[in-house]
Amino acid sequence: MSLPDLSALWLTGRLALVTTLVLLIIGTPLAWWLSQTRSRFKPAIEALIALPLVLPPTVLGFYLLIAMSPNSPIGAFWMQATGDTLSFSFTGLVVGSVIYSFPFMIQPLQSAFEGPVQQAMRTAQSLRASRLDAFISVAVPMSARGFVTASVLSFAHTLGEFGVVLMVGGNIPDRTRVASIEIYENVETLNYADAHALSLILLVISFLTLFCVFLFNKRFPAHVGL
Amino acid sequence: MAVLEDDFEESTGHELQIVIGSTGKIYSQIKHGAPYDVFLAADQARPERLVSEGTAVSGSRFTYARGQLVLWSPAAEALSVESLNAPAVKRIAIANPELAPYGRAAEQVLHGLNLHTSLSTNLVLGENVGQAFAFISTGNAQLGFVSKAQVLSRADEQRGTQWSPASALYDPIDQDGVLLNRGSENQTALAFMDYLKSPEAKAIILAHGYEIP
Repeated sequence: MSLPDLSALWLTGRLALVTTLVLLIIGTPLAWWLSQTRSRFKPAIEALIALPLVLPPTVLGFYLLIAMSPNSPIGAFWMQATGDTLSFSFTGLVVGSVIYSFPFMIQPLQSAFEGPVQQAMRTAQSLRASRLDAFISVAVPMSARGFVTASVLSFAHTLGEFGVVLMVGGNIPDRTRVASIEIYENVETLNYADAHALSLILLVISFLTLFCVFLFNKRFPAHVGL
Repeated sequence: MAVLEDDFEESTGHELQIVIGSTGKIYSQIKHGAPYDVFLAADQARPERLVSEGTAVSGSRFTYARGQLVLWSPAAEALSVESLNAPAVKRIAIANPELAPYGRAAEQVLHGLNLHTSLSTNLVLGENVGQAFAFISTGNAQLGFVSKAQVLSRADEQRGTQWSPASALYDPIDQDGVLLNRGSENQTALAFMDYLKSPEAKAIILAHGYEIP
């Protein structure tokens, strides 16, 4: 078995990494807000966030294709700003992946922030720590497990993305031709050797990624105390 | 296809059940025992292979339609070969040449026009010609190569403009039909194979953007 072209795999890794970082930045405050709020809109927002779990990726991809088109306000703005279409670009794939993996970041974080963390935060604030200080030095360390689970699940879920990328990617080498698309094309063109090699690599990486989470969770079973 | 089905059922009293999918997938399904009697492919290779593999009736294979490649845009401005180089054209959609006959034809046309290298960074590939069409109709690509039949399937006011490259620029997109072994005794399957060669069926096929060799 010869080694296949690895550029698609490298692109997939970059996409998963960037997506996870973006999700951490957007997801942390949102998950924190959800864990605190008593807003009556909370169930609606939670349902909205969970949608990518149940929607077929083709539905998401179809709406993204319409939203990213230069005929739509978002697509037109992007075209103005960058001179290029948002669809068929790496940035476009990141946008799609962030939406697609949103629940995988939010839900573990939100449950990590609920419960004992709230109590500890109140204690820290009663000792005159500012809210931000309390969050960084109390809530974040106590939720380490949640952060790891959320990040790894988002990363792994993005590795396996196919339908959304197929719909908005346009199969451009080094920009949007990710491993799952390359595997699909290899199977369709009866190029089974490359399909096997890439699939096996992806399988091993995905397994190791998930294995690390479960190992980590076993090592650090409870919330770290103060 | 729906028009052919209605016309056939009305004129013969037979009842058809149609399953739609890409040629490659239907081929695999047939090889794995799917209960089909007739196979209308979008290429010649797959029906030919079924005959040589002994899954289809030899001698039953015939070309029922020849696809026409067009450059298409939903905009109103007239299209020509220069449109491919217009500054406003950021993205040109074609079907994946590795996967779809219309994609291969589009690639041959670009080669023939000597535009393949200069336009290679503008090309976006649909998994099939239907996806290439969706890229264009949603405005993500400004124009692209699709089948004439797709353009004709739209309402009059949504047909935009099209330009037909010389047919000498690409290999004919001949689409073959074949009778599968399973359907060799099926009266409806036999009647439908005959019907596809009738003047009535040919008129319908021609009216929908195909030629018949």
